[in-house]
Amino acid sequence: MPGNPWFSWSYVVGNAPALWQRTLDHVGVTVEAVAISTAIAVPLGVLISRSRWMSGPVLGAAAVLYTIPSLGLFAILAPLLGIGRTPVLIGLVVYSLLIILRNTTAGLATVDPAVVDAARGLGYGPGRLLLQVALPSALPSIVAGVRLATVSSVALVTVGVVVGFGGLGQIMFQGFRNNLYRAEIMTATIGTILIALVLDLVLWAAGRALTPWLRRRSA
Amino acid sequence: MTAGDGVLSQALVWLNDPLTWTEQGGILELTGEHLLMTAAAVGAAAAVAIPVGAWLGHTDRGAGLVVWLTNASRALPTLGIVFLLASAGLFGNTATVIAAAFFAAPVLLVNTYEGVRGADPDARDAARGMGMSDGRILLQVELPLAVTLVSAGLRTTIVQVVATIPLAALAGGGGLGKIITFGLGTQRYGEVLAGGVIVALLCLAIDGALAVGQRIATPAPLRVRSG
Repeated sequence: MPGNPWFSWSYVVGNAPALWQRTLDHVGVTVEAVAISTAIAVPLGVLISRSRWMSGPVLGAAAVLYTIPSLGLFAILAPLLGIGRTPVLIGLVVYSLLIILRNTTAGLATVDPAVVDAARGLGYGPGRLLLQVALPSALPSIVAGVRLATVSSVALVTVGVVVGFGGLGQIMFQGFRNNLYRAEIMTATIGTILIALVLDLVLWAAGRALTPWLRRRSA
Repeated sequence: MTAGDGVLSQALVWLNDPLTWTEQGGILELTGEHLLMTAAAVGAAAAVAIPVGAWLGHTDRGAGLVVWLTNASRALPTLGIVFLLASAGLFGNTATVIAAAFFAAPVLLVNTYEGVRGADPDARDAARGMGMSDGRILLQVELPLAVTLVSAGLRTTIVQVVATIPLAALAGGGGLGKIITFGLGTQRYGEVLAGGVIVALLCLAIDGALAVGQRIATPAPLRVRSG
């Protein structure tokens, strides 16, 4: 098929405004979802890591929600919340929740008890102990969770096509319906991968900046 | 359109009609198609990933490759891959089965790799001391010890594939996703809701059944923690 190349720079140039708009949609909904999810999952993780009887049911419920397929979840949410951005946003929050929750509890579980003891001996109250000792120790694990949630979310947004809000997924679908226009599908797929890579890199750098003590130790 | 009640009763009415289930292209037929596609994808992924993972684990090579594969497979948008395969001439079901297998393989590979590599070195030494060949060590010592991780990987994989197959409907294929795309196309949101619930329940039911299977597949001495 000579008229249907896999790559076409002129397609990218000619459709730059539409591609950019979809990219902004894609990044916006991902970042917002992961931010909401982090704001819920980290405090919840702190809470359930303190009481053993709560952690089982909460993690179990999050795991059940995580098992529901994205297309199914969007299909359940769309008739109730309306077509568009909202069901995609809520779906992404739900999926990110388990990942971040798991990493928060895992991070808090590995805090060195000797360090906690030392802080307590220095007269740290429970609030300061949490904010200045436990959470910083768990930070690398939490950041790892946020990164994983972000990368997975970027790929998941494309499924939002089904409810009319798929970011670059909209472009993929358009290319599919547009007589299988390869350059369009390929551009959107590569764009999605690039978004994931860039956001992952940003979070990696943020994580590094937030944990300077880890660098000093390894240097 | 946010009238949840109307949609809910539409969904119930639709689900209550026996014809919905038994007609040609009904829920039962679509579920069968869905499960067949799942079996094809998981079978293909397992046929490649388990031997490769076992061999890499046995020779303790390729750790970097395994890590890279898992990370890279997360960033790839499944939908894009399905559409790209479709534009290469492989439509709907075939494209989705290939894409699902492609995403399932890394999970199986990693779990087999870790399981075989993590086999007790003493057991491996003892087997070698008894004069077992490399192949026999792998088949009779390392793989049985890896069965916990491999079966956990299979469970994750199967559930993940059941959840991926609905995307076929977006590329003109079959499976349960068809109920959702058809409902959206015809603005029958009750059917969309019902389709979503059916897909979700199928996934949860399969996960539950596999949890039991995983427990049975794990040899009694290895059942330390029930998952």
